[in-house]
Amino acid sequence: MKVSVDLDRCCGAGQCVLIAPEVFDQGDEDGIVVLLEPSPAVDLHPVVHEAAAVCPASAITIDDSH
Amino acid sequence: MRENDLDLLRLPLPSDNPLEPPAEWERLRRQCPVSTVELPSGDKATYLTRYDHVKALLSDARFARPTAEDEGAARIAPEGAGGPAADGSSTLTLPDRGEPHLRWRRQVGKYFTAKRMTALRPGMVRTAEGLVYDMVRQGQPADLKACLGFPLPVYVICDILGVPAADRDRFSHWSDAFLNVSRYTGEQTRAAYEEFAEYMSAHIAATRAEPGEDLISMVIGESEGEGQGLTDDELLGTAMGLLVAGHETTANMIGKMVAMLLADRTRWERLLADQGLVRTAVDEALRFDANLGFGIRRYLTEDVEVDGEVLPRGTTVVCSMPAANRDERVFTDADDMVLSRSPNPHLTFGAGPHSCLGQSLARTELQVTLDVLLRKLPTLRLAVSIDELQRVEGLLVGGLSTVPVRW
Ligand code: HEM
Ligand code: SF4
Repeated sequence: MKVSVDLDRCCGAGQCVLIAPEVFDQGDEDGIVVLLEPSPAVDLHPVVHEAAAVCPASAITIDDSH
Repeated sequence: MRENDLDLLRLPLPSDNPLEPPAEWERLRRQCPVSTVELPSGDKATYLTRYDHVKALLSDARFARPTAEDEGAARIAPEGAGGPAADGSSTLTLPDRGEPHLRWRRQVGKYFTAKRMTALRPGMVRTAEGLVYDMVRQGQPADLKACLGFPLPVYVICDILGVPAADRDRFSHWSDAFLNVSRYTGEQTRAAYEEFAEYMSAHIAATRAEPGEDLISMVIGESEGEGQGLTDDELLGTAMGLLVAGHETTANMIGKMVAMLLADRTRWERLLADQGLVRTAVDEALRFDANLGFGIRRYLTEDVEVDGEVLPRGTTVVCSMPAANRDERVFTDADDMVLSRSPNPHLTFGAGPHSCLGQSLARTELQVTLDVLLRKLPTLRLAVSIDELQRVEGLLVGGLSTVPVRW
């Protein structure tokens, strides 16, 4: 799994951080998403998918082909 | 496909009881996902009910809520009715579109990070426990909305703005006067606004002199650093905006969430058995709420195509999030409340650049409410039958007028 985030779209809602704190964080300065782990371990895949699905800005993209 | 004028739909659509969705939604999604409706003002708008359409339009950064400048935009309520909430934000001086909106949003939004919400949580738990304690002391049956739903969010907003606890009840009154258009005259609403503005201006000045940990201090501190922060007017507008956007919405949602969970008590029992479900249950309550107001308006400043139809510039579109939240194309068993549903990409907080700024706060408040009630009042139940629950026909946020409970 390869995760990427679109910083321009992120509206800082923090849903990803609440759901998958191992993978996402928010910048203290601007509240914008910080990707901690672009290639998360398999056990995290479900929560990463959940985070991408509920991100209100559709700012998280997942490529499962890797 | 459009209906002809004879069958013109009027909002709000009727439903069997206040917790049920209007039967019309299902038909609209299937047959007429882009339809014409009449609002209580008599103005006409285009009504979207499918998930994909609603999400795409809300996410489209070109469009925003209509303002007074948008010529011919459909009004929700007739002229004169409705406070600041009825037409969006008439008295607010907040940037609501384009670059300035983005800048405001980033400046204020960074306060609402997941980490900060986690830090606010213990305080919220104490506040909620205190309110539940007072409710129990008053005796049963009690109105859960008045005892817990209404005060909790306003107390939380006061903490966030750095307003001392002693002044919380004044804030409750102001917020009520801004929003409760049937109970207050225009005169009273204006008087409340003046008192609020005077109070907040003094509070902002005091905060400048002696900053703390609150949102106002944070924004002031940052702006000094960057030299392009918010003016006092914008800070006042922000405080007012947070109170108006965050109070009635959350208060009603607390009432509706508890009512939905108690309406079928097996739901409550399931949560008692597994409190780990609280997080997903809260989002499912947000999705399942059929009494969410009309939806959110967008004013089209250019033509846009939806479902193969071109909606011309100048159209006002009403995006029905609650209808989209029941779209069976996206949610399996859309008409069942599935407490463990995950992922749950509901649109109750909107989507895109205007999506609810306070959503992590609202979620935290709802989770805290549920945690505290499950722990302190496991025997909670509705004191009336579902049919006796009364809807308040909110303009932006629907709700139940009271939520009578026993324990
Ligand atoms: C369950 C409770 C809540 C619900 C259902 C809700 C719903 C919404 C929705 C649907 C929008 C989008 C409006 C649009 O797209 O035009 C919105 C925007 C907003 N909400 Fe909430 N909200 C809730 C609680 C809160 C709270 C607690 C706060 C803050 C204290 C808040 C602050 C805001 C603000 C400032 C906006 C405007 C954002 C913008 O235009 O950029 N909301 N809310
Ligand atoms: S959920 Fe989406 S919008 Fe919110 S912080 Fe994460 S990436 Fe940004």
